[in-house]
Parts: sequence; C-alpha cells; structure tokens
Amino acid sequence: MFFRLVYESFRRQKRRKLLAGIAIVLGVAVATAMIAIATDIGDKINREMRTYRANLLVTPQADTLDVEIGGVNLKPPSDGAFLDEADLPKIKGMFWRHNIVGFAPMLPVTTHLNNGSAVTLLGTYFAKPFSFGKEDFVTGVRSTNGWWKVDGEWPRDDASDVLIGQRLAANLHVKRGDTLTVGGEQHRVSGILSTGDAEDDEVVAPLAVAQRILGRPGAVRRLYVSALTKPEDALARRDPKSMNPELFDRWYCSPYVQSIAYQLQETISHSHAEQIRQVEQTEGNVLARIKGLMLLVTLAALFASALAVSAAMATAIFERRAEVGLMKALGGANASIAALFFTEAAILAVLGGAAGYGAGLILARQIGRAIFDSDISIQPVLFPIILVIAVVVTFAGSAAAIRKAVLFDPVFALRGEA
Amino acid sequence: MSSFPHEPAEVVARRAGKPHTSMFLRMLIRAAVLRRGRAASALLAMIVASAVATAMLNLYTDVQAKLRKEFRNYGANIVVIGRDGASLPGSALVETESALGGRGIAVPFAYVVARTSDGQSIVVAGTDFDRVRKLNSWWSVTNWPANSNEALVGARAAAVVSPKGQAFDLTFQGHTIRVSPAGTLRTGAAEDSRIYLSLANFEGWSGVQPSTIEIAATGSPEEVSESLQRIAQAVPEAEVKPVRQVMEAEAHILGKTRAALLASCSLIILTAALCVLSTLMGWVLDRRRDFAIMKALGASGRLLNGFFAAEAASLGVVGAVIGFVIGIGIAIWIGRVNFHAPVVPRFGVLPIVLLGSVVVALLSAALPISVLRRVEPAMILRGE
Repeated sequence: MFFRLVYESFRRQKRRKLLAGIAIVLGVAVATAMIAIATDIGDKINREMRTYRANLLVTPQADTLDVEIGGVNLKPPSDGAFLDEADLPKIKGMFWRHNIVGFAPMLPVTTHLNNGSAVTLLGTYFAKPFSFGKEDFVTGVRSTNGWWKVDGEWPRDDASDVLIGQRLAANLHVKRGDTLTVGGEQHRVSGILSTGDAEDDEVVAPLAVAQRILGRPGAVRRLYVSALTKPEDALARRDPKSMNPELFDRWYCSPYVQSIAYQLQETISHSHAEQIRQVEQTEGNVLARIKGLMLLVTLAALFASALAVSAAMATAIFERRAEVGLMKALGGANASIAALFFTEAAILAVLGGAAGYGAGLILARQIGRAIFDSDISIQPVLFPIILVIAVVVTFAGSAAAIRKAVLFDPVFALRGEA
Repeated sequence: MSSFPHEPAEVVARRAGKPHTSMFLRMLIRAAVLRRGRAASALLAMIVASAVATAMLNLYTDVQAKLRKEFRNYGANIVVIGRDGASLPGSALVETESALGGRGIAVPFAYVVARTSDGQSIVVAGTDFDRVRKLNSWWSVTNWPANSNEALVGARAAAVVSPKGQAFDLTFQGHTIRVSPAGTLRTGAAEDSRIYLSLANFEGWSGVQPSTIEIAATGSPEEVSESLQRIAQAVPEAEVKPVRQVMEAEAHILGKTRAALLASCSLIILTAALCVLSTLMGWVLDRRRDFAIMKALGASGRLLNGFFAAEAASLGVVGAVIGFVIGIGIAIWIGRVNFHAPVVPRFGVLPIVLLGSVVVALLSAALPISVLRRVEPAMILRGE
C-alpha cells in the first residue's frame, strides 16, 4: 500500500513533482558546478600564470657573478660556466615532472652585424619537441614567456631563421623576410619580436645557432623553468640538510618551489636552481586571494541552492494539505504520513541530485572551456557527497512543511480553509 | 467601513470620497499581517536573494581593485630609463613624482660596474632603501642598511666579496669606497649578483646620477597608461616604457578571474531568483480563496491584477532594501576575511537589486494569477 501510494503520487502529480524536481536539479547543478570551479580554479589560474612567466632560474653552479644592468649582459661571453643542454630532457624524468609546465634555455652571445656593430644574439628554444621515455612534450619561450609577441612567424628550432627585436629592427630598417648577416652567417628574419625588455635590442635565434656562433656545442647559460608549486609554509622554508629522513621525504614529495629547485639541481649537473621571488612570492598571494574568494562565493552558491530546494519542497507539500487531511480522516497515523512524504522527498532528491550532478558537470565544463580553454576536472568522489547533500537539504526543506501539514486539523484541510 | 458607529460623519464622508486607495492599502497590510507565516517566508526568500545578489555585485565590482593591489606587489609596472644608458637629469625624480601625483611610488636606481679588491667586475647600484623596500616587497633581506657606508649585498655577490661578512673595498674610476655589509639580499634574479648602496653614498663615491626610475603606478590599466604619458611629457629626455611582463600578466589573470566570478555570480543570482519564484508562487496560490472572494464580490480583473502586483512589488521593495543592507554586510565581511581590506559599499548596486527584485516578484505573482484567472471563483470557494 505504501509503495502504491508513492508510485501513484508520482504518476498522477507529474506537474508538481516536475516543479520540485526542476528546483532540485537546478540547485544541485549550480552547487556541483561551483564546487568544481572552486576546487579547480587555483590550478587553472596557476597554469595561466606559468605560461606568462617562469618562476625558477637554473644557473651553472660555478658561474661567475652576473654583470648585468637593465637586462643587458656586460660579461664577456666566454666567461663563466655553462649548463649542458643534454641534461634538459631529464627534467621530464624528475619526481615532479608533471608540475613542470615548460622550460626555456638561454644562451646570450655577443657577436657583430655585417656593419661591424656589436649585437647580442640570444639562443633559446621556441617550441622544441622532445621525447623522454614514452612521453613527448614541446617546450620553449612560446610556452613560458607569454608576453613575447611576434609580428610574423616564430622560427623553427631546427632551422636557422631568427627573430629580431623591434627596436633593433627599426634601427637597421630590417623587415620580416629580409636576410640578416649576424656573426658572419646569413639568417632569414622570420618575424619582429616585441617584449618591452632587453630583447627588443637583440637577435633571438634557435639555441643551436647561438652555440655554433659561440663555438660551444651543448652550452646553455641559464635555464628558466615554469613549475606549478604549492604555497610555502614553515616546512618549505626549512633547510633540507637539517631534516631527518622522514621529514626530508615529506619535503621532497611536496611541490614546494624549494623542493622543485632541489630536484632541478639533482637533475642538471653542476647547477644552482633558485626561485624567482618576484614571480613566486607575489603570484602565490594573488592565487591565495582568488582561491579564497571562489571558496566564499561557492559557500554563497551552496546556501542559495539549499534555500531554493527547500523553498520548492515546502511549496510542493503545502499544496497537498487536502491530501494529508484525507489520509488523516481515513485514519492514517502521523508517522506513516510523514514517512510517505519523506520517501517521496528522498526519491526526488536522489533522481534530481543525479540529474543535477550531470548538468553541473556539463555546466562546469562549458565554463572551463569558455574561460580557460580547458576542461574543469571533477573528482568522481564528489558524486556521493553531492547526492547526500541533496537528500539532506531536501529533507531539511521539507521537514517544517511536512510537520505543519501533518499537525493541521483534517476538518479544516478538507474544507479548504487553510 | 461602518464598524465604527461613533465616527463623525465627516470622517465617514472623507473615507467614502476615496474608498479605493484606503481599502487597497488596508487589504495589502491586512493580508501581510494575517498571514504572517507565509508572508514572512516569502519576504525571507526575497531578502536572502537580494542579499546574495548585492554581495555578489559588490564583490564583482570591487574585486578588480582588490586584486590589482595584490598585483602591485610585483613591483614596477613603468620604467624610466635615460636614453642609451645615459644618466637622467637631476630633476627627473621630482618631475616624475609630480606627474605621478601620489598615485604610486617611484624609486631611482643608479648603476656602475666597479671592481673588487681582487679585480672582479661587479655591478654596484645606488638606490633609496626606504622606497625600494615598499616597491619590491618580494626582496628577501636579512637586514636593511641604516647607516652610511653600509651596503645590501646580493646573495651571490656576498659569497665573492664578503664571505665572512667583513668590510670590503669597491673601486670605480680610481675612487675607492670601503663598505660594510649590513645584510644580504635574495631575489633569485640579477639582483643577487649586485651590491646596493644608499644613493648619497653612491653619488659621493662614483659621481654617477641615477639612470633608471622604477615606478609602481596604481589604478586601472587606463590610469596607468595615463600616468605613463604624463611622465613621458614631464621627462622628455628619458625613455618611459611599461613593464609588459607585469602589465600583461596582470590584465590576463584579472580577466580570467573576473570571468569566473561573473559566471559564478550569474549562477548564484539565478538560483536565488528561482528560490523567490517558487516561494512567491506558493504564496499567491495559497491565497486563491481571497482571490475568489474578491472576484465573487465583483472586483474587476484589472483591480485584482493591480492588487496582486502591488503586493508582489511591495514585497520586492521591502525585501530588496533589507537584503541590500545585509548583502553589503556580507561583502564587507568577505573583504575583511579574504583581502584584509574593507570593501567599499557600492550604492549604485541598489537600483539594480531593487529593479531585479521587483521584476522577479512580479513575474512570480503573474504566473499563478494567470492560472487562477481561468478558474471560476465558485470552484475555488468550494475548495476544488
């Protein structure tokens, strides 16, 4: 009898059930999408930041001091030590390889143009394909220096085309497609580079070209690395040498900027890796603010959807007082009537919650695509949590209305004098 | 009306003169007072919805300014450089500051390549320590120099010139200065290889004037580029350029954050509106007997529509005003908790919230009324 009542109630009152169901679906969808966005936004924004600027700098350990003012290197090019280019692919074999968004080696070489004036030629990767083990990846300044703009085409890393800084290009009256004689070699200019920095006065070439001009194959002066990191805490700032093995393992296996720097030093022989504090420290703060904001906004969303679901449930039950009155007049016990309503609410909550979760996934995905050009990932563990929340909220929203309906005198209810 | 037999005739006459208005108001008020429970829940939904909407709109307009402040910790977004590495004229800093008009901070830097006592080349910079401390908050400094002839030594430079923290000599064009390291500086970039002196020390020793002014201008991108243009006019001898890697990263991240926030706020406001819709629909449906009685007593369709519309609208207005106050409170709280700075209440949000609330309330009332209008009053009164 009980199940028949529930079944008939769903079969005959399609409109009412649909309205309450829609409210649950919408509420759960909004809650799911917001939770997904809030949990993923830190990672998304972090990635956006990392494609704009590198946060780690690797230099040769035995290097002499930089003699650099305003980005212009005044050190004799043969001076100092170099990193070995052959070590670079090993970065993708590090413990935190998945957190390495990209890296770009730099090799500045002072050379001369055919009119005899000195010029800096900067060798780097643009978008160089690599493979390490089974993994293929592409890295270079195109994925680490987001503010570099090229008018024309980016050169290929295996060709000998170069980019020319916009100020140098204006001084020399060089256009893209022209041929530039630099370091005694002829190079086609594939584009004009604008960075707002020292590179505007330089020639930027594939790394191999710079190494050939310098006469040191495999040499790299500096390596910029973009890595996704976790905000520093007390453990991060400790000196790894002072840790016991257990603590060291914990430190090593956390993506702190310090432990990634440590691993870079292990991977690249004779190197010194340091966080670029301007990038790492300020962006950590910005990221924390954005994450905190989205968390609070998500709380507001959860609150609003809980309210919407309970309002819809309360309205749906309120409309059925006459039915309750009839049941009571026929001798239905308060408890069994309440049980009937709660069962209906539970069925609605589970169905609506499942549909809402699905809709929320689609919503989150659309928002992720529209804003970040990538999917927002959702942990499957969220599904049971969302369902439980949906049932709890639906029950809480119905409870007051059910109690009122059950306590109402059936005589008044049946006479329609609510 | 005639329930007060002792009322003077003129009062009765006056009331009779404008029966519609007073009766209308009376019905509105009594409806709310008699059905306190239902009216209160409808009002509560209205308040919550407009509070959430107010808080979100406030945050949305304010968050950009707040995040921009965080981005200013990046340091300079404009640099002024003497053309071809030349020194800037002595008045450049003063003129830059007056062009900036207090909206930002300007820090002078002078550079030379000096030699240490064992003949190594090293970059020595002169600057204003108090200002640089505010500009580059990411500098990790063990101890800032306070006295004359004290230097801030980059971490890598320290290992070369003063591994044990002893005083050392610097020579530039035959002039030698003896400085003692006050503390070490760590940035992970070129600064680690430099030695920083106070500007007075630096100029007295090398005779070189500042060649660079780094500026952290505050405000929106438009305000920053205005500042940039004013500075360029004030110091025509120098090259004034934006620090693109800072400006573009800022614009990019802000854009993404705002978009994510906009999407979230729209979803939340939609949900809140939904909540109002279902509560108010319930409220109006619940009053179908009032509706039927009025209709049975000969009220016209227009009057009934007007009555329910006025009821919904006043609910919307009251809810919006109370919700606005609460919403401002929420926004201020979020500002404190997340940004550690007050959120300025935006009263420009009020008309939007007010209008939105009234529209949603009218919409919620219109749907059930259009259903009820098709029903015969007798059917409703019989409880069918």
